[in-house]
Amino acid sequence: MNTTQLIQFKLNGTNIEVEVQSNVNVIELLNQFQLKGARESCGQGLCGACTVLVDNLAVSGCLMPAVMLDGKSVETVEGLSGLNEPLHPIQQAFIDQGAFQCGFCTPGFVIMTKHLLDLNPNPTEKEIRDFFAGNLCRCGTYPEIIAAVNQASQSLLKTNSN
Amino acid sequence: MTTQTSEFGRSIPRIEAKQKVSGTAEYIHHFTVPGMLYGKIFRSTIAHGKLLKIHTENAKSYPGVHAVICGEDIKQLIPSPYYGPAFLDQPILALEKVHFIGEPVAIVLSHSPHIAEAACQLIEVDYEELDAVFDEIEALSSEAIVHDELKPSGTFPDLKHLIGRKNTNIALDYHLRYGSDETIFSDATHVFEHTFTTQQAMHTPLEPMVSIAVPGDQMITIHSATQMPSFVRLEIARLLGWRENQVRVKSAHLGGGYGAKVYIKLEALVTAVALILKRPIKVSLTMEEQFYTISKHATTFKIKSALDASGKILARDCKVYWNGGAYADIGPRVAQKSGFTAAGPYNIDNVSIDSYEIYTNRPPAGALRGFGIPQLVWAYESHTDMIANELNKDPIEFRKMNLLVNGLKQATGTVIQHMESELVLETLSKKMNWTTPIEKGIGHIRKGRGIAIGFKASVSPTTSTAILTINGDGSCLLAMSTVDIGQGSDTAMAQIAAQTLGIPTEVVKVIRPDTDITPYDMGTLGSRSTFHMGNAVKLAAEDALKKLRQMAIQAGLNESETHAPSVILQKTYGMQAGTVVGFGSYKPSYIPTDLNTGASTNVTPFWMVAATGVELEVDTETGHVRIHKMINVVDAGDLVNPKIAHTQISGAAIMQCGFTFSEEMVFDEGQLTNGSFADYKIPGIHDVNFVMENICVSSSHDQGPYGAKGIGESGTFGVSPAVANAIYDAVGVRITSLPITPEKVFQAIQNKTTG
Repeated sequence: MNTTQLIQFKLNGTNIEVEVQSNVNVIELLNQFQLKGARESCGQGLCGACTVLVDNLAVSGCLMPAVMLDGKSVETVEGLSGLNEPLHPIQQAFIDQGAFQCGFCTPGFVIMTKHLLDLNPNPTEKEIRDFFAGNLCRCGTYPEIIAAVNQASQSLLKTNSN
Repeated sequence: MTTQTSEFGRSIPRIEAKQKVSGTAEYIHHFTVPGMLYGKIFRSTIAHGKLLKIHTENAKSYPGVHAVICGEDIKQLIPSPYYGPAFLDQPILALEKVHFIGEPVAIVLSHSPHIAEAACQLIEVDYEELDAVFDEIEALSSEAIVHDELKPSGTFPDLKHLIGRKNTNIALDYHLRYGSDETIFSDATHVFEHTFTTQQAMHTPLEPMVSIAVPGDQMITIHSATQMPSFVRLEIARLLGWRENQVRVKSAHLGGGYGAKVYIKLEALVTAVALILKRPIKVSLTMEEQFYTISKHATTFKIKSALDASGKILARDCKVYWNGGAYADIGPRVAQKSGFTAAGPYNIDNVSIDSYEIYTNRPPAGALRGFGIPQLVWAYESHTDMIANELNKDPIEFRKMNLLVNGLKQATGTVIQHMESELVLETLSKKMNWTTPIEKGIGHIRKGRGIAIGFKASVSPTTSTAILTINGDGSCLLAMSTVDIGQGSDTAMAQIAAQTLGIPTEVVKVIRPDTDITPYDMGTLGSRSTFHMGNAVKLAAEDALKKLRQMAIQAGLNESETHAPSVILQKTYGMQAGTVVGFGSYKPSYIPTDLNTGASTNVTPFWMVAATGVELEVDTETGHVRIHKMINVVDAGDLVNPKIAHTQISGAAIMQCGFTFSEEMVFDEGQLTNGSFADYKIPGIHDVNFVMENICVSSSHDQGPYGAKGIGESGTFGVSPAVANAIYDAVGVRITSLPITPEKVFQAIQNKTTG
């Protein structure tokens, strides 16, 4: 049976209280807040286009019921930089390296890069490949994405050492 | 506002780059309209049969369901609800018969997509099953006839002879006869004959197909993830019997297209339902449903060559059978307009081509990144390599001695121009260090290398138009219906406009396709936009400049000096005001191919040529193939934006790796069994673990905008046969069917050892 539940969670640092239906997934809920970076594509958690961070864990938003966000903290690509604000070094690296074409999968790759570099600030190419095994780019921009992750890594290491 | 540096040839980031990395880029995927209903499609569960009765009562009474619409309901609105770019064979929802498993039969509408989906499960249909046919060769002689009568659109002169044909699954037959010596095959020193096949595959854009229709007062607005807004407008207006200006088609950024989102996909369905229910309607497909909507042709290609003792190819006979599935879509044009290149980029005096678009009871096939070319190159470049091996000739030298180069006639009779095939092959040879043999490996890991070269004629005839507006401050708006599907056309066109106007690209704003505002374009497909729309944009900018010069004279400005547009407008209007509008229209010349001989002395405005070389290893114990190095060499003319151009080549080659190694739609009696990324494997980051180099040779097309021509598909041409040729080089087995799976390679190695 489809029921409604009141949940509280943190969305890109802001406290949210909202009623959600049990059949609504995280992506549908984010759309209600006009956050459209994470996108449902394959619908099976296999392409990574719907990736968001929930309590610092990468999650396929298309598979996670929104009610499960209760009490948790969600970070999406929109949390990295606001409209007309300077881009996050990861986003800048994706632009500098031309690491996207149609751009549909890009927010998933960007948020996964954030996750990777939080865990491992200076990853090897193999570590990058392993980390992105669950993100698909149909335009085939993988070589540029690896270059962008490397650039972002170096850029953030430099900033953090200053 | 003037700039000294060239805008053409600058590797600037895409103009929408910030939106794409911050998640704010607009896709139709997210678009909503107040009061909108979501539609969920009920699909046929049988491959071929008569529709006896559709039981919709249970779905209609499901709480929250607004309506259920079937084909007969649509006939009340549109008496002949059939569409298609070449054949009017596809009904908006099935009528009388279903022709494949997955064909849309009914649609359930609800305010909630979840309710629509649940209610869809409650529909049942009574069918009278008919014999079905799935294989393109079997369909030539099968008792099962997919369509009772051919329905080519009467508007095309070259299709008129097909009207009313019955008892055939051949939708279209294209024939080319070049040269006339019929004794060549019996007299030649060498004759080689081989058959190659390719598999049905799908584009799988990550933004699945989606359309929204919003009914208005004697008009309809369609928001669609389409590569062809102008065609959608024309076709919807034709279906409704309306004027073109009663139909407004708007597109956005596309989350990939690759040919999946051309012509009509969901637009006719959402339009019909929106007009019947008088409500906005959105239909978003799932990834699985995309496989039922359009695909890449499976093919069988029988190729035969006659050679003299020196290795000169004297004659080539090509029979190509395209498995078009249940509806023609653009398949007949693939069979014709790529079909005429089936003999490959070789200088052959006697060529015979028979290319057949064939109906079967599979999901429809259309164009996928290459418009049929990758299927052809797969066959003719495997064949060419097999000949070179048999004759003990170096594969590159053998190709060079037979190569089709500028000044020679292609088999249609068109003289080749601006196609740097020699340079492409030579560059590849150098980059591969071809004259130095590679180490061939030991034990169960064997190494090999292979190359392939392919070519394509830009589809003709097509038209592009553009409007360029200059504002009072000199900033520009570029209105065109080319859709940025990820290829970077917004950026490329802004660069061409900026180059012509002598201003920085950053001050050109590109208006998203909207048929009420952006003028006609044939469509974003077939690598045609840079050349066709690029020319239209250049003409529009030149037209604006001409008007500005006239205004400057009328305003009394010194004719011998150059004045910024803002100065001219200020002087003319006495303040920051006014508008200058430039218009450009481009349609290259074309001579249609002869119905009997396939001949034309002007078959295309430009040729594309590209070659791929790979070095790889084969594990003889498992059949696994691992690429070490891939080099793609492309003639794309002068490059508008080198960085984006190289990403296009790389992306096309990576996509073709999927069609080479893993992607295949698998059917069980017409039922697709792997319509999901769980089972249908597109390339991931681990599959692209090799050194890749992409090179554009020095080239320029004198009719192209600043020398440019198309680039989006060229990277796909040579990949598959280069891999097969390299596998042969490594382990001496020949794979003749795509995809090249470890099972096939292993089996072939086993057969060779035991046989």
